[in-house]
Amino acid sequence: MDDLVQRFLSGERRALARIISRVENGTPEGRDYVRALFPHSGKTHIIGVTGGAGSGKSTLTGALAGEYRKRGKTVGIVAVDPSSPFTKGAILGDRIRMQDLALDPGVYMRSMAGRGALGGLAPSIADVVAVMDAFGFDYVLIETIGAGQDEVEIAGTAMTTILVNNPGTGDDIQALKAGIIEIADILVVNKADHPAADILVSQLQALLALSPAGSRRPKILKTTATKGEGLEALADAIAEHYEYLDESGQLAKHREEDARHQVLSITRQIVLERIRAATPDEELEALVKRVAARELDPHSAAEDLAASVLI
Amino acid sequence: MATPNDDTPGGTMSTSTTTAQIRVLIAKPGLDGHDRGAKVVARALRDGGCEVIYTGIRQTPEMIAEAALQEDVDVVGLSILSGAHLELFPRVVEEMKKRGVDDVLLFCGGIIPEEDTAALTKLGFKAVFRPGTNTQDIVKFVYDNVKK
Repeated sequence: MDDLVQRFLSGERRALARIISRVENGTPEGRDYVRALFPHSGKTHIIGVTGGAGSGKSTLTGALAGEYRKRGKTVGIVAVDPSSPFTKGAILGDRIRMQDLALDPGVYMRSMAGRGALGGLAPSIADVVAVMDAFGFDYVLIETIGAGQDEVEIAGTAMTTILVNNPGTGDDIQALKAGIIEIADILVVNKADHPAADILVSQLQALLALSPAGSRRPKILKTTATKGEGLEALADAIAEHYEYLDESGQLAKHREEDARHQVLSITRQIVLERIRAATPDEELEALVKRVAARELDPHSAAEDLAASVLI
Repeated sequence: MATPNDDTPGGTMSTSTTTAQIRVLIAKPGLDGHDRGAKVVARALRDGGCEVIYTGIRQTPEMIAEAALQEDVDVVGLSILSGAHLELFPRVVEEMKKRGVDDVLLFCGGIIPEEDTAALTKLGFKAVFRPGTNTQDIVKFVYDNVKK
């Protein structure tokens, strides 16, 4: 393990790739790598890119990374695509949209399968992002699975969240709804060469005008990622947002929130694993059958299971 | 009603985050204009429980090797229709070795004459799949030969 950590710390990309695999698989060995590398993390601006399937997240992420390269910065990218709930298989196709970066030594791009996690992310995303942070990239971009209305978890991991919207995909009632739109720090109207782009921009503006006085309103920016248009303004807006976070004390708060969330979710996982390990399969199956037959309610069954470990 | 179940080679629907799916890179070097076959193979491996990274058409050997490194895949499958396999495949293997990627399972497929099999085997390709192959044979090959 030490050898791989040494190679990682000296900047070897193969060591980074190897460690990410171990971390992604959530093995005890993977957790040891997180322990070894976590102290080196905490320097990177972590940016989330989310939005609907086909909204142009991958292309925009690639183009944004390209803009950072023009500015002499290094970029790590994690792009998540969904896993099959039936076979656990996945097609990870985000590299297709990022071909320009394929041989750039200042960019590392990793595809991840969602593996059943909620929120358009993967179960080990926080650990993988910490490892990429520790590697020393100036920016880490997280591209979520195509998100609908409620996948807000990205805002917990990312310091700056970009929501990618498309013209012609719904009326202003969609923009009025609660959920994902509330977590956006920057609203991007991608495919801005579409005739309805300006209508969407004004709908979003009208929506933001209803925000409470004194709250920070996200910027609305137009991009055409396939042509590389609007990326400079986007990178500037991201920098501006980071400055705001830092000066207002929000960044420190965000780090604490993220830490709290991680500690609690790992604790939940440990408890669940202990309970599963302490419960013979037959016992679990017997409980499951009784609940399915309506002889027992699921709350009582779960309390039964938990009691074996917790008391 | 179909529900997720345990009857797949990919594993079980456990709540544990400790999982290790096989990661496969399917790549097309050269100037082939379509990728029907590569997509069918990618889909079959997905249905077999693998995580398949697909990079699209017109990849250079360097791009494929770099993707194999960054994605830390267990398996690389190359697809080619143009006839340039003896030109391009050795360069892919060489570029991977240059990057220290020397422990992945290699296979290939496409329009590849029988008489070239020996040369490809020597390069490290464990199998050559031709038109008419049952996709289940490819999935089985991957599970039987992957180093996990």
